[in-house]
Amino acid sequence: MHSTIKRPRYLSYLLYLSLILLAFFVLAPVLWLLLMSLSSPTDLTKVPLQWIPSQWDFSRYALLLDWQNGSGERFLAAMLNSLIIATSATVIALFAGVLAAYAFSRRNASMLLMFAFLATIMMPPITYILPLYSAFSELGILNTKVALIICYCAMLIPFAIWLMKTNIDVLPQEIEQAAMIEGAGTFYTLRKVVLPIILPAIGATAMLSFLTAWDEFFYALIFSSDLSAKTIPVAIADFSAGRVTDFGVIASVGVLASVPPVLIALFFQRFIVSGLVGGSVKG
Amino acid sequence: MRSLIGAKQQKWLLLAPALTVLALISFVPFVKTLWLSFSDSEISALPTVVSFIGLENYIYALTDPDFISSLGRTLYFTFISVGAEVILGVAVALLLNQQFKGRTLMRALIILPWAIPTIVNAVTWRLIYNPDYGALNSLLMQLGIIGEYQSWLGDPDVAMNMVILADVWKNFPLVAYVALAALQTVPMDMLNAARLEGANAWRRFFKITLPWIIGPLLVIIVLRSVEAFRVFDIIYVMTRGGPANQTKTASFYVYQEYFSYLRSGSGSSYAIIVALISIILIYGYYRAAKRQNGSL
Repeated sequence: MHSTIKRPRYLSYLLYLSLILLAFFVLAPVLWLLLMSLSSPTDLTKVPLQWIPSQWDFSRYALLLDWQNGSGERFLAAMLNSLIIATSATVIALFAGVLAAYAFSRRNASMLLMFAFLATIMMPPITYILPLYSAFSELGILNTKVALIICYCAMLIPFAIWLMKTNIDVLPQEIEQAAMIEGAGTFYTLRKVVLPIILPAIGATAMLSFLTAWDEFFYALIFSSDLSAKTIPVAIADFSAGRVTDFGVIASVGVLASVPPVLIALFFQRFIVSGLVGGSVKG
Repeated sequence: MRSLIGAKQQKWLLLAPALTVLALISFVPFVKTLWLSFSDSEISALPTVVSFIGLENYIYALTDPDFISSLGRTLYFTFISVGAEVILGVAVALLLNQQFKGRTLMRALIILPWAIPTIVNAVTWRLIYNPDYGALNSLLMQLGIIGEYQSWLGDPDVAMNMVILADVWKNFPLVAYVALAALQTVPMDMLNAARLEGANAWRRFFKITLPWIIGPLLVIIVLRSVEAFRVFDIIYVMTRGGPANQTKTASFYVYQEYFSYLRSGSGSSYAIIVALISIILIYGYYRAAKRQNGSL
């Protein structure tokens, strides 16, 4: 906004007061999670609370980042599983997504089909879960990363197609047509002409897909039962429901599990926000 | 003519990977669930005879007061959560659209709740609400607002609203970002002209700004509603449907029907009913998106 109108003083105060409230609302839960992870168990069970730790306690982080003990192994294995599953699903979804997006943008694939794709991810997962469970069980892939990668692909592909499509739609067709006239095939044109131009959009889609996969809980809860496939959200639910009585441990798991998505979100904020918003606000 | 046929084959070749995955992982399972919903199937290690029982599951489901009230609770969750997210999101967007020092920082800051994983959000708020050592109790007590510690998630009357607060915290940034992007397209000269004519801020907002941003807003409202309607993860971690089933939403209900009571037939009919309501919402999304983009 390029408003040059001077704000009355009371409105300035109101503005800054609102901003402080907003900052508190947004930051307080995050800061408290961080403080819990660094407070001693005695500080966390004081009534009323000891807000600032009387001594900083880093022991949970040492515990969780050590493969040698039970909690550490559970946590690190889950982080590694999440990393493998989210990355694999993202890569596959982007590959399938770019191809399909090109079909929708440039080969007149029916928009009804596009909408059917989008509708599949809007349906509640409870409508897919049971047949998937039986199928995975028959295939012998229950409790494997592969099962989750497959499910996440189905979850990410429609979304990737939609984001890629909105980006290919706005590209001028002349360069592609020129390439085709020169004798380049569709796949060559897609790879050498279109892909380099939409690279930033692919980046944004990759980030969003990764974050979505990292966040998923329901399929992971049903399809994984031990360290070989459990993802970090399931591990967190276990930690918070289990015998752990120290809030600090639960908080530390939460902090560590948030590090990758928060870093991605902060570093690539511009990308991600434009990706998120892209589908709903006409560019 | 030859190249035309080639183009058509290419189209399907390009679509093939996506189509295969979605057909196998979404379409086929959906049809199978639909089929199961007309049967008395149960989850069992032993081979069982499954018979077709017509609409019996549906009649049972629609006369089951527990299921109906779980649908009601889900609608309540959806309506209040999304409503609060929209009001807060638009208010925050209006705020962040003003000029002030540190605006870039504030705009970056509100991505934080959105970036925190849903399960971490649920766990964090569960700890904040803890009846014995929770931060909310301590804070309100120290401010003199409450006299004694409350069991926020243990009180059937307030538990759902506390879950909603956690959900709003996590999801309002998305609405705020969409509203902010839309606000930047509102023509300034129109607002200035209205200002010169003496229209106050409320009037300018409701007569000019809101109608201008309602399109994108509608898309995100329906999209959030679709998501909120299938809420499961935050409930699973915060309350497991309790206290006294007061936070047991439809997805959670179906989950229990499947995996606690092992009734796949009747569970499937519940799932299909939930899906039908989702389809109505999805149709709403389709209309909103079509109106907004013209292309879909």
